[in-house]
Amino acid sequence: MTPAFFGSFSNHAIAFASVVYALALLAHVAEWAMSRKVPLRAVSQAQRAVEQPAAQPVPVGSGAPADPGAAPVVPLEEPDTDDREFSIDRFGRIGVALTVVACLVHLSAVVTRGLASDPARVPWGNMYEFTMAGTFGVTVMYLLLLRRYQLRWMGLLVTAFEVVVLMCAVLFLYEPAGPLVPALHSYWLMIHVTAAILASGAFAVGALASALYLIKDRAERRGTVRSSGYLARLPETSILDRAAYRVHAFAFPIWTFAALVAGPIWAEYAWGSYWNWDPKEVWAFITWVVYAAYLHARATAGWKGRTAAIIALIGFATLLFNFVGINYFFGAGSMHSYAGG
Amino acid sequence: MTTTTHSTSDAGGAATTPPTPPSTPPALGPVELARWAWRQLTSMRTALVLLFLLALAAIPGSIVPQENIASADVASFKAAHPTLTPIYDKLGLFSVFDSVWFSAIYLLLMISLVGCIVPRLRVYWRGMRARPPRTPRNLGRLPVSRSFTVDDEPSAVLERARAVLRRRRFRVEVNASEDGVCSVAAERGYLREAGNLLFHVSVLVVLVGFAIGQLFGYKGGVITVVGQGFSNSLSQYDEFSPGSLFQPSNLPPLSFTVNDFHVHYLTSGPQAGQPTDFSAELDYQSAPGQPVQKDRLTVNHPLQIDGSDVFLVGHGYAPRVTVRDGHGNIAYQGPVIFLPQDSSFESFGVIKVPDAAPQQLGFEGLFLPTYGFTMARGPFSRFPAALKPVMTLLAYHGNLGMNSGQPQSVYDLDKSQMKLYKLANGRPDRLDMAVGQTKQLPGGGSIRFDGVDSWVKLQISNAPGKGVALVGVLLGILGLLGSLFVRPRRTWVRVRREDGRTLVEVAGLDRSAGGDLEGEVDELCRAVEDAAPART
Repeated sequence: MTPAFFGSFSNHAIAFASVVYALALLAHVAEWAMSRKVPLRAVSQAQRAVEQPAAQPVPVGSGAPADPGAAPVVPLEEPDTDDREFSIDRFGRIGVALTVVACLVHLSAVVTRGLASDPARVPWGNMYEFTMAGTFGVTVMYLLLLRRYQLRWMGLLVTAFEVVVLMCAVLFLYEPAGPLVPALHSYWLMIHVTAAILASGAFAVGALASALYLIKDRAERRGTVRSSGYLARLPETSILDRAAYRVHAFAFPIWTFAALVAGPIWAEYAWGSYWNWDPKEVWAFITWVVYAAYLHARATAGWKGRTAAIIALIGFATLLFNFVGINYFFGAGSMHSYAGG
Repeated sequence: MTTTTHSTSDAGGAATTPPTPPSTPPALGPVELARWAWRQLTSMRTALVLLFLLALAAIPGSIVPQENIASADVASFKAAHPTLTPIYDKLGLFSVFDSVWFSAIYLLLMISLVGCIVPRLRVYWRGMRARPPRTPRNLGRLPVSRSFTVDDEPSAVLERARAVLRRRRFRVEVNASEDGVCSVAAERGYLREAGNLLFHVSVLVVLVGFAIGQLFGYKGGVITVVGQGFSNSLSQYDEFSPGSLFQPSNLPPLSFTVNDFHVHYLTSGPQAGQPTDFSAELDYQSAPGQPVQKDRLTVNHPLQIDGSDVFLVGHGYAPRVTVRDGHGNIAYQGPVIFLPQDSSFESFGVIKVPDAAPQQLGFEGLFLPTYGFTMARGPFSRFPAALKPVMTLLAYHGNLGMNSGQPQSVYDLDKSQMKLYKLANGRPDRLDMAVGQTKQLPGGGSIRFDGVDSWVKLQISNAPGKGVALVGVLLGILGLLGSLFVRPRRTWVRVRREDGRTLVEVAGLDRSAGGDLEGEVDELCRAVEDAAPART
């Protein structure tokens, strides 16, 4: 099998993965659309704390009934509603299953992209490839943390994100596969960029959770949360906040490693100086500082909650700016420039 | 610092301040003022604001070109923005990371950090040796609690609980019996705060390592034509940026000769012209009199000599020319460094011939490694490799202005006293030459394009303290992992004799959010229960 074969396989696989993500998105849309008409009885934290966990009904979440924080809602007992609950849950499960399939196809696209150049290499040498690998990182992080942190309510947004970003990557960023420029001939490319991709993926998941937290928190304070629909079915704000924190706490050490250990070590080998205040480095540092502020803010009176969530979103904005902005606005000035053209 | 508050002043500051009296508040004495300022500075809120200021302050450093990173860009920026330049200069925007305000922010942040960790180190030192807290009277009120009865003796159950908790790395304290009631109190997760403190200390370590490099290090760049040599002294460098405490005598006495340079380009496909690898062959000596060693220098593989690193950071072409003056004498012969302008290695350069007589000669123009021409673009380079090299030059005669005492750039021709050779129709007389061709100059003399040499740009640098910084940042990650993922937890087991059986109560309390406390308490119950199934 030739590199050209792998290249075209990768292109087809990424298109196919986008389609499967779109189907997963449809399943999640169906899940939430159906839930619009199904009213829910919210169970307060205090009530649930009194209940024995074993006595709790199985939540809408993806099947880990032991966690008391899993589902804020309990279906009404009427048989009709139970039926609807069941199909809502089924659509949610279909959505997750399709996301897993899409993730595997996505993986195959990333791998074959690496095989598509001669000699084979890691598939993140340019903007298109980094986008492809970065979005893969988002899905992997979402699926990895799905079970542990009960993140199925995020499926709609994650799949929508994947569809939109992959579409943009194919339309605007595509470049044919080819060998790397000599500066990238280093195994640090593998280490540095893998860590950056994983951290970015987790930060994206965390940003989604923080955004949903802000939306639900705002609706709650305005009293506009209805008894049914998307907002009502989101976990309680305290759970959203905690999920966001845990995902960020997971991502932060990885980001620290990517930006402040692997990056400088490689820079030391490649450019002769471990920290060059290159625009990309400056912005990676800014991202690090903002997320450090987030972790601190979450523990400070007057900053926790809304302010902390806003800081997390600012952090994600700096991350995105670093990825997109630096390549397009400072292209010539940055040694990290890998945008096309 | 990530989950506990920075200092106690947060809680106290806003909440417990009494309402301001209507009259003017009593004046603060200097001691109170200092204490107040210190508490403000070391409060978490201030630390957060400083963190944000640090992030904001770094932004201009990525937008405005920086003097010590891209001095050429700074020069062109200054030329393009004559009104902004003095303002930017005043604000230190051309060297943000050395500026007073940037330094002020991070120094304040560091002071705040020290003010935060020193008291907490004391607290931690005491807390570390503390025993687990006494068993609460009512275990049923804790977030997770279980109770069951077993047939075993209370002492046996208690011993089992102690052993299980020890195995689970709890610090265990067996509380003496009061009217037949015994209990075990256990706590673990002391490393969370340790990690937290380690992380913050390591930030300081990284900063110290970075500062050592900035103060005592140096970084210099030199362009060497293949076949020529270099010896490590200040005068040999094309550019040199020493740390503020660097002494030129600290330069190691190394020397080397660049013997050969190879570069390969993709010749087909969409990325044709992209280099695939380059390497330079060096003969080097770590000091005069030392044996000559060979090394092959490639990107990502620097040569390390005596703590200094030699990096291959760029390359280009140096066309060889022979210039004869109006008297027919050879006024210049040898390679001239041309600087690449783009990825096709269209290169710009200047040839100065001060020895030419009767008039000095100067040339300015392009070197095109693979010549191409269209009416729209004029001459250009099709490919970065020297497949069909052509020089296209404009010739000047007059006074090069090199005796005025003003230093001149070798890449810049001072044309104030030079006259361009023109054709009869008034158009500039453009000299296009392939290798081996000679062009006669209208005023006498000639220039011959003899051949093409390559040059490499080498960077020689030494950053002491980088090991310190690396250790610091690795310790920082270790501390971060501890502070984010170690879960402090307390558990208690109390046993009591009741109706001929032993009633066991187990309870747990998490001191951080998100652990599986229930799971651990259940497992503890199972282990204590052993094989006696009498759970209620």
